[in-house]
Amino acid sequence: MMSVLVTALLTCYAAGVVLPACLPRRPKLQNFVAHGLSAGAGLAGIVLGIVGLLAPAPLILSLPSTLPLLTFAVRLDPLASFFVLTISLAGLSASIYALGYVTEFYGRASIAVLGALFNGFLLSMTLVVIADNGFFFLIVWELMSLLSYFLVVTEHEKADVRYAGLFYLIMTHVGTAFIILAFFIFFQAGGSFSFETFRHPAQPLPDGMRTLVFLMALIGFGTKAGIVPLHVWLPYAHPAAPSHISALMSGVMIKTAIYALIRVYFDFLGGQFPWWWGFVVLVIGAVSALLGVMYALMEHDLKSLLAFHSVENIGIILLGIGVGMIFQTFGLKELAALGLLAGLYHTINHAMFKALLFLGAGSLLYATHTRNMEEYGGLLRRMPWTGVFFLIGAVSISALPPTNGFVSEWLVFQSLFLSFQLPTVFLKLMLPIAAAMLALTSVLALACFAKAFGMSFLALPRSAHARHAEEVPVPMRVGMALLAVVCVVLGIAPMVVVPLLDRVAAPFTEVSIEGKVLALDGWALAPGNVEFSSLSTPVLALLLVVLSMLGLGLVVAFGGLVKKRYYKTWGCGINLTPRMEYTATGFVQPIKRVFSTIYQPTLKLETEFLEESRYFAKRRRFEFHIEPIFQKYLYDPVVAFFTTMADRLRVVQAGSLHLYLTYIFVTLIVLLLLAV
Amino acid sequence: MLQAILLVVAQTIVLLAVSPFIVGLIRKVKARLQVRRGASVFQPYADLAKLFRKQPVVSTTTSWIFTATPYILFASTLAAGLLVPVFVSRTPLNFAGNIIALVYLLALGTFFLMLAGLDAGSAFGGMGSSREAIVASLTEPAMILSIFAIALTAGSTNLSTIVHKTALLEGIVTDPSPHLMALAALFIVAIAETGRVPVDNPATHLELTMIHEAMILEYSGRYLALVEWAAGLKLVVFLTLIANVFAPWGIATSVEPTALIVGLATYLLKVSGLAVLIGVLESMFAKLRLFRVTDLLGVAFILALLGLVFFYVLRG
Repeated sequence: MMSVLVTALLTCYAAGVVLPACLPRRPKLQNFVAHGLSAGAGLAGIVLGIVGLLAPAPLILSLPSTLPLLTFAVRLDPLASFFVLTISLAGLSASIYALGYVTEFYGRASIAVLGALFNGFLLSMTLVVIADNGFFFLIVWELMSLLSYFLVVTEHEKADVRYAGLFYLIMTHVGTAFIILAFFIFFQAGGSFSFETFRHPAQPLPDGMRTLVFLMALIGFGTKAGIVPLHVWLPYAHPAAPSHISALMSGVMIKTAIYALIRVYFDFLGGQFPWWWGFVVLVIGAVSALLGVMYALMEHDLKSLLAFHSVENIGIILLGIGVGMIFQTFGLKELAALGLLAGLYHTINHAMFKALLFLGAGSLLYATHTRNMEEYGGLLRRMPWTGVFFLIGAVSISALPPTNGFVSEWLVFQSLFLSFQLPTVFLKLMLPIAAAMLALTSVLALACFAKAFGMSFLALPRSAHARHAEEVPVPMRVGMALLAVVCVVLGIAPMVVVPLLDRVAAPFTEVSIEGKVLALDGWALAPGNVEFSSLSTPVLALLLVVLSMLGLGLVVAFGGLVKKRYYKTWGCGINLTPRMEYTATGFVQPIKRVFSTIYQPTLKLETEFLEESRYFAKRRRFEFHIEPIFQKYLYDPVVAFFTTMADRLRVVQAGSLHLYLTYIFVTLIVLLLLAV
Repeated sequence: MLQAILLVVAQTIVLLAVSPFIVGLIRKVKARLQVRRGASVFQPYADLAKLFRKQPVVSTTTSWIFTATPYILFASTLAAGLLVPVFVSRTPLNFAGNIIALVYLLALGTFFLMLAGLDAGSAFGGMGSSREAIVASLTEPAMILSIFAIALTAGSTNLSTIVHKTALLEGIVTDPSPHLMALAALFIVAIAETGRVPVDNPATHLELTMIHEAMILEYSGRYLALVEWAAGLKLVVFLTLIANVFAPWGIATSVEPTALIVGLATYLLKVSGLAVLIGVLESMFAKLRLFRVTDLLGVAFILALLGLVFFYVLRG
């Protein structure tokens, strides 16, 4: 059963890569075939993921290769199945969405190439999470990075897209270098690239090497995940790609790094680590979450804003995993499982609502041809469906009850609260502070999405683009609707999700906490016990509906049925125009001012006065920037160092053939001397 | 089951009935301190009744968000109120959510109110939403930390459990300092969250100062009635929280009729007492500049953190 599904999945994606190119050059047909096949693969992947999560034993498939050390081995344990499920859910929605969205690119880009890259990208991501051989993993990991690079530069005629692509390419390869080093340490100890020998090497890794693996993996995978300070590429690259690709990159590609981190720390290293590892992950998580949302607030490009929110949510996921690691060190297995479970829950939640929001942003781009939030406005009236789906995504990412984002953040809060069971006072004090940072993060996210939704969908249209926007075609709406439904289900049915996630976490913490987390026949979540804390999102959802009805009932009871009167908004005596509305920049101004230590804003106001009087301004110019601290103090020096080095080295590259022949000769002599 | 439903209904009625009274009481206290006679404490009931009957005017600029928000706000605030023990220490809906759920339910209302503020397209609404965003973000960390300090001393994050245990004097820490720190922090948070002086002034309609009033400026008629009622409810929820978590005296720990009556009477006394205190404080202080609010909420954060440190230090 499972192997059939794996074959179906891989065949569909592979066909999706090959077939569009073989078809006649008819964009419509190519679009339909490519995205139809990826949707089919997505369906197979969803079933496979669920079956894999429920299967009693992992599925192992293996194909030998002619290269030494490389086998095309595939292993579907609960962890891999969970990620296959996540990737496939997002992949299916993005495929359906692409059927409509890609029409934008007819005549501008080759649909065959775009469709093939899309399928290849999904295929490589799926292979990354099911690979069972280090060599194979590195190949598909590299493939994933390259394919996503090509997708990022789809609109390569624009200079900023090329810059974003280059930035991404460099960063991801720096990350891959660290991953290769980490894997070589495993290889040295076990003599094979098989993940099984990574898990149980011939001689155990010494402590120093384990620490090295920890750091290498954190930097390597952290670059892909977008942890602070390695996040800088993310807000460039993710928005530059076509929107359905952005949805996959932000929703699921960065999650493959989370997968790999769990795989390395909990699986390969056996969940044995000193407490400071978990603490480092926790600190990185808290800092990424807070800085991610803070920079998101200052963004007025909707897609960049969403990209920064990915940094934030990766931070929240790492908070859960970090807490799990700390508890694991101290032998508090059940709490470790809880932290891990919270992190995993947030992983699938973020994949769903972030993909949804990116698809929503894509719809706005499709309808208005701009990403600048200041040019939207009033779109809820013109695009009611997109608006509702975007609102569901916004409420979920702001972690408001009873949505899925709230459930997972609540679980992270609970695992942070249970820190009083730890033996050291330092950690007991640090974890609550992390909780406070998470609280600040989530309320800033709320503010950010009030801004994003409010500026885009409410009030008057702020530009001609927004005034003439029209609702997007049906396939795009279906793609978003699917994700919106999944978001709602993940929120109000944790009793279905938690047992599945428990199966993922249980092998690593050697304890099943399903019975401990679910209380009252699954109607409530109660980590610890019902007396300590409990949450029932289905009941809260029901309560909200009933109480809204009560509100409606009270209105009718006290006031009867009255017809509303419609009238224009009071504009202080003149007619309201969009220029009188609050702007996104204005909206976040107080936040910018309060947190000016972090933003380091620079304001420039130049006023040109009339010659006759200094009381009348002729022209005003206003500029505002926030300091990109990491780029300025971390990346620019590194880049400057390499450019200077390259300049210095240029002397040896004079371009003269004679000189190069001399080099070869000298090298030969030196080598011969060494050989003797 | 029937008993549980009856208790939930009773709690809903009490919360709905008490909140206009508390608003009226604060206004009365302020009036008396300004040597005015002031309106009757029951004036807010008359205001609500009047607003419900008036024809609402809705801006042509708005979307369905604007008309849906009052209902969402009302429902979420009331739902938060149902998680707090009011006159019985064991609320039937205890299992539905702990204190974090309460905080986030209130945030749900704030989120939609912020959207509604932006919806009419007037600059006042946007200004209110923007200010609400910064005040909310500064209160939240202090709130979570003070909750943590309370949860530690009581060994639970479920409000019912905290109140019930405290009422029965179970698991009380002998040294009360962490509790007192958390109380002070939570009181500041409550003032900021419910938009009272010195953070916001519910009696002003001056664009330089208003926060909450700016967001709801475009509302009228029945919608305004619901929003006002919800604002009163939010105030009562916070006062109930403070009264019952820190002083659960007299609260009914069983469902016997006498205990219930005593519980209800003491509850009214406690909440009225806190309302008088707020009235007095509002008369003593001037509203802070928006960017001075940071300092006040910073104090709340530090207090909550100190409560936590004290707890661990005192416990060794």
